Amino acid sequence: MPKKIISVGKKIWATMTGWLKKFWSNFRDVPLISWLVAFSVTVALEIFIGQALARMVGLSKPPALFGVALVLDNPAKFLSAIIYMILVYGLPVGVIAYLTKGVGNQIAEWLLQFPLLLTSVVHLLLIYGVMHYWTSISDYRLLVARLAMISIIVTLSLNVVNGYMGEFSCSHPGFMALGAYVSSIFTVLLFVTDNRFGDALLPAFLGPFMFPVSLVLGGFVSAAGALLVAIPSFRTRGDYLAIISLAFMFIVKSLFENLEVVGGARGISNQPDYANLWTIFVWTVLAIWIINNFVRSTMGKALNAVRDGELAASAMTVNTQKTKMVAFLFAAFWAGIGGGLFAHVIRYINPGTFGIRKLAEVLAMVYFGGLNSVTGSIVGAVGFSLISEALRPLDIFKWIFIPIMLILIMIYRPTGLIAFREFDVAQLFQPKGKKDEEGVDHAAA
Amino acid sequence: MPLLEVSNMTHFFGGLRAVHAYNLEIEPGQIRGLIGPNGAGKTTIFNLITGIYDPTEGEILLEGKTIKGREPNKIASRGLGRTFQTLRLWRHMSVIDHIKLGRYSKLDYGLPGAFFSTPRRLREEEKTTKIAMDLLELVGLPETADQLVTNLPYGAQRRVELARALATEPKILFLDEPTAGMNPEELIDMMKIIREVHQELDLAIFLIEHRMKVVMDLCELIQTLDFGEVIAEGTPDDIRNDPKVIDAYLGKEVSV
Ligand SMILES: Nc1ncnc2c1ncn2[C@@H]1O[C@H](COP(=O)(O)OP(=O)(O)OP(=O)(O)O)[C@@H](O)[C@H]1O
Ligand SMILES: [Mg+2]
Repeated sequence: MPKKIISVGKKIWATMTGWLKKFWSNFRDVPLISWLVAFSVTVALEIFIGQALARMVGLSKPPALFGVALVLDNPAKFLSAIIYMILVYGLPVGVIAYLTKGVGNQIAEWLLQFPLLLTSVVHLLLIYGVMHYWTSISDYRLLVARLAMISIIVTLSLNVVNGYMGEFSCSHPGFMALGAYVSSIFTVLLFVTDNRFGDALLPAFLGPFMFPVSLVLGGFVSAAGALLVAIPSFRTRGDYLAIISLAFMFIVKSLFENLEVVGGARGISNQPDYANLWTIFVWTVLAIWIINNFVRSTMGKALNAVRDGELAASAMTVNTQKTKMVAFLFAAFWAGIGGGLFAHVIRYINPGTFGIRKLAEVLAMVYFGGLNSVTGSIVGAVGFSLISEALRPLDIFKWIFIPIMLILIMIYRPTGLIAFREFDVAQLFQPKGKKDEEGVDHAAA
Repeated sequence: MPLLEVSNMTHFFGGLRAVHAYNLEIEPGQIRGLIGPNGAGKTTIFNLITGIYDPTEGEILLEGKTIKGREPNKIASRGLGRTFQTLRLWRHMSVIDHIKLGRYSKLDYGLPGAFFSTPRRLREEEKTTKIAMDLLELVGLPETADQLVTNLPYGAQRRVELARALATEPKILFLDEPTAGMNPEELIDMMKIIREVHQELDLAIFLIEHRMKVVMDLCELIQTLDFGEVIAEGTPDDIRNDPKVIDAYLGKEVSV
């Protein structure tokens, strides 16, 4: 009897995935630009009729994050949320992407004649536009979007060490803390009048211009701190290095706990609101671009060589010490930038922010998204941030659900969703046609 | 002046004397062989010269300058390339990337080039790709460039290792049992490739081999090692007829 049920279940599953594949095959040749156009239209739709539509289907306002939180809160709203999502997102995106794919492919083809930089800028502007208007509806969305982008920076940088170089490093929250504290001290000391650091030393209008300086400073201090992990890595690998890096995280945390000048356990607050959406967007794009450049260069591939065979790497003239040093410092720099941005989004930090919970989150994003993969880290960071936010109403159960999800991924896809994939920007923007399908298969093989 | 000169090299692993009073002189363009029973210390000699271990005693000169105790990557970039007895390829990397990595020390674009795709970096990477493709051509694997190295058959993987070592532009190439585990067909291919490499790139080769046919065919001079000591040295004919060698080694192999 149970066997029968299982076999019937399998059949249903097979037909359903069959349908899905068939359905999806209509969208295989939709270029990125058409998707972006479709999303812009959806976002406009939501801005103009979202409120009215939400009322019509029985919701008080448009769901902030795809309705998951709403449904968890009140399961009776399930149908309403689904209808809203289909009407505002599913249907228009699907229809417009499908209808514009011809034109989209022509535009993408036409853009090929220009330098990649220009094509990238066009796409990035569209992406930013979609995000800007999508987040304009609710402050909560805006916050989630900003934090998700910061997660991308932090996840990618951790992937450099844990994925590309294959060391299990646990020190990332420590690096973030260094960046967060240094940039916070910088901006609060110079541009904010408060009772910790006293009067502002510089006129406030300079602040936003000096913000990048504070971030970079934080990044450099964080990189300097990384020496404490990088130097032991010359002689130790694996478990021992993981423990050293974990110790580093705790050292940084207790350092700030005991430093009364920077608020001790109470931390620093009143950071100016410099980390707005576009600032974070620019930094995220920079991080992705630079990190992707690095890991695709032959010098960056040396990280993989150190991971998969250090002896052979050194016999092939690879300077393994330099490689490890660069990887750790580079990763720490970006974690520091991420930490600085984070501090200016939350506008309150204390040592407890950068503890084991943060570590669990970043590790989850890296391993969920996929080792040794820029795309994987982007997907991992955004996916995990969204899931984690959507499950917020579950409260403590969230921390049961998420680990279980991770365990399942580790069992069924030990290297993560999209691991060991090269992120080729040019390919991303290309027109998608019949000939490209081959290319996709190549990449998958 | 010999290209490589090793004098009186001795090495202990704890109490075990793995190599004792070993001497070697290799002239430019020579092909030399090192044979000996299992555990004789052949691989250890390679590891000592290439800097993986630091010899307990002795001196190693490459082109008259000492390389003893230097880091393996420094020694390699000074012109000492090698392959390994057991394959040591990087399992997640494509074939072409393996060979390009052999040119690590020849890359000049530095960190700025690595972080930002500067014109200089693009130029150098392109040049490196071209050199790597030429080497792949030389070892007969040009169509495998973009494949993952683990997807290749064993014999091809050995050739990738050879091409990777060649990418470092060695003056001397150390081959540790280049035909180990190969079937007869792959073996013949490998010997042919070694000859071609030797002729085209004009380098010296020092090779460890268990298969007598390979050593006798390829090498001008052969050393026989037993318990870390050289017991015989000479041309293939000398070695073939040396009673000590026959006793220690060849006696056990029926077909010479
Ligand atoms: N790292 C090491 N530590 C301790 N002993 C070692 C080490 N490497 C090799 N040995 C020992 O040194 C001796 C020589 O080993 P080596 O690998 O050089 O032999 P070989 O001549 O290459 O043998 P084979 O033909 O099996 O490859 C062996 O007794 C081996 O056990
Ligand atoms: Mg050996």
